[in-house]
Amino acid sequence: MSQANNGVQIEDLAPEHFHDQAKAALADPQLRQNFRGAMDYLTDKRKIAFSDPTEEKRIRDLSAAIRQRSLSKLPDLLEQLETNCTNNGIQVHWAETTEQANSIIAGIAGQHNAKNIIKGKSMVSEEIELNHEMEKLGIECLESDMGEYIVQLDGDKPSHIIMPAIHKNKQEVSDTFEKHLDDFTPTVDVDELIKTGRTRLRKKFHDADIGLSGVNFAVAETGTLCLVENEGNGRMCTTVPNVHIAITGIEKVVEFLSDVPPLYSALTRSATGQAITTYFNMISSPRRAGELDGPEEVHLVLLDNGRTQAFADEEMRQTLQCIRCGACMNHCPVYTRIGGHAYGTTYPGPIGQIISPHMMGLDNTKDLVTASSLCGACGEVCPVNIPIPEMLQRLRQEAKNSPKNNRPAIKGQAAAASRIELLAMKGFAFAASHPSLYHLGSWSATKMRSLMPSKIGPWTQCRTAPKPAGKTLHQLIKARKQGQKS
Amino acid sequence: MSSARNAILSRLRDAKPEAKAMETIIYQPWVSEDEKVITERFIAGLSASHAEVISTSHKALSKLIEEVAVGKQLEHIALGTSGEFHEHIIQATKSLKTVFFDNDIKDWKSSLFNNVDAGITHCRAGIADTGTLVLWPDVSEPRTLSLVPPCHIALIKRSTIVSNFAELMEMQAWQNNMPTNIVLVSGPSKTADIQQTLAYGAHGPSQLVVILIEDM
Ligand code: SF4
Repeated sequence: MSQANNGVQIEDLAPEHFHDQAKAALADPQLRQNFRGAMDYLTDKRKIAFSDPTEEKRIRDLSAAIRQRSLSKLPDLLEQLETNCTNNGIQVHWAETTEQANSIIAGIAGQHNAKNIIKGKSMVSEEIELNHEMEKLGIECLESDMGEYIVQLDGDKPSHIIMPAIHKNKQEVSDTFEKHLDDFTPTVDVDELIKTGRTRLRKKFHDADIGLSGVNFAVAETGTLCLVENEGNGRMCTTVPNVHIAITGIEKVVEFLSDVPPLYSALTRSATGQAITTYFNMISSPRRAGELDGPEEVHLVLLDNGRTQAFADEEMRQTLQCIRCGACMNHCPVYTRIGGHAYGTTYPGPIGQIISPHMMGLDNTKDLVTASSLCGACGEVCPVNIPIPEMLQRLRQEAKNSPKNNRPAIKGQAAAASRIELLAMKGFAFAASHPSLYHLGSWSATKMRSLMPSKIGPWTQCRTAPKPAGKTLHQLIKARKQGQKS
Repeated sequence: MSSARNAILSRLRDAKPEAKAMETIIYQPWVSEDEKVITERFIAGLSASHAEVISTSHKALSKLIEEVAVGKQLEHIALGTSGEFHEHIIQATKSLKTVFFDNDIKDWKSSLFNNVDAGITHCRAGIADTGTLVLWPDVSEPRTLSLVPPCHIALIKRSTIVSNFAELMEMQAWQNNMPTNIVLVSGPSKTADIQQTLAYGAHGPSQLVVILIEDM
């Protein structure tokens, strides 16, 4: 059993326990140091990659426009993608829920009597807890991205969407290997550590029955799946095993092939400050006649899991523009201090705060939407211009109130509404519109000011309790007027 | 599960999204008309990503490939079965142990994984902006030839290098005829997953040697 930090068990991480998880993270100096170092590194790299502000603005505006245009035609583009993929020989599956997605994948595995799945990086597979679900069926799912592999060995979870093992330093990686791998000699030499991972995983690529990957962009025009990576494990997973399953959220569709280059450039520069990644893999079909390698079957699983809910409302729809670069978390002062595990969700940080309520409901995530200083850094760096701070404010309202102006309801709507708060506000509104009652209230508040407690719950944890003034505003103005007269 | 499909699509349609037209935002990625500038940027980008770039003439190609193979002590080399410079490659590797990728991978997977030191392939094009090779694996040069062996030797003609990715796609009208797989390669395989420290040879080739053929 593995621990996230200070005794919080990994499998118990949940957004409902955000406050405790954040507290535990803050109390772990090693963890804070690991995150601080990593985030400083990534923010610096991004700054260099976007050194010309005019160019930066243009590519972000263009990327945002491409994503908005694609979303504005989403149902049609999904159908077009399905048609083109099918014509290319890719089998398309649809899943409304995580359970459906898992059963589709289990079904494909069953058809091939598959026992081993080797995985490239895929946040959607984390979202559906694929590894866990397949394990129940006796199918091993092995992560092959180095970061994911380290995290999986430890029974841990990724804490960042681009750099899953960012919360560990090299000493901790060495400890992990020592604990789980035979014949490993502890070392903090990163080349040696990577070599260890490479050697172990190569055998797995060779033997795996199925390769599974995510999708960065799915092109409707051509039925092409695009994958962005540096390591080559994504190419291995999608080429060596006889079956390739790609899984993606329904929002990842783009309309044209020509939409891809600017989005790709915006993605790599925002994510790790690279001008380009080592590999960009475009897959349009299974192995064709005469070809000597590549999978004989390619499947595409399209997952909803709350995305149609986000789509239902025009403002919330912007959440789906996201290209999962991670820049918002790298720049978030809250994420930088508490790290990804504290959120207890698949997607941490600012993007997680706005997408998770649609996946898990506001009842489970109501604390997350409050975990922001609204400093605006996330919105400022987002390569597709998602106004994250505004959306957080909107979600805070939705967590407190019932839907307004015929807006569609969000799962868990008004979960954070407090009866006391509501009654107090109603009472105040009544008093404020009835002068005699209002005067009685303010008069008694000034008279009883010494009875005000000095501690009022969490509010006074880092603030002094307010004390009513000795005289009401009305009394002061009256006195002043009298003074002027005399 | 077509009920899931219909439910998802009808929920999306219920939201009545208003289709947006093509945007008019002007974005120009890096571009140059000057062949020399283009080549320099291409080489600089690849070199910065840890690839070795060596220029050669048509004539000296065979000899160069041989020198690279001998210099790097590449003992077992996998080759494709055709391509513009196929004869040069054969000539270059005459004195070395070679194997042609002319069989289904399942017939020699273990050998490819365990015995082959290098794979040699042609490139379809190059992208100067980012220092990128464009591979179109096919029947004669399968996908794993440039992936599984620890060293990848890539041959590219200078005349095929263009300024940027968008331009290349448009010029060659990729949208009309996508092959099974296209891969853009910008350096040897790498990772920074452990404490943001860059390490090469994560899963793909740890060495990328680019042989630039001066054909203009
Ligand atoms: S919300 Fe924007 S910044 Fe955050 S991951 Fe998505 S695209 Fe990147």
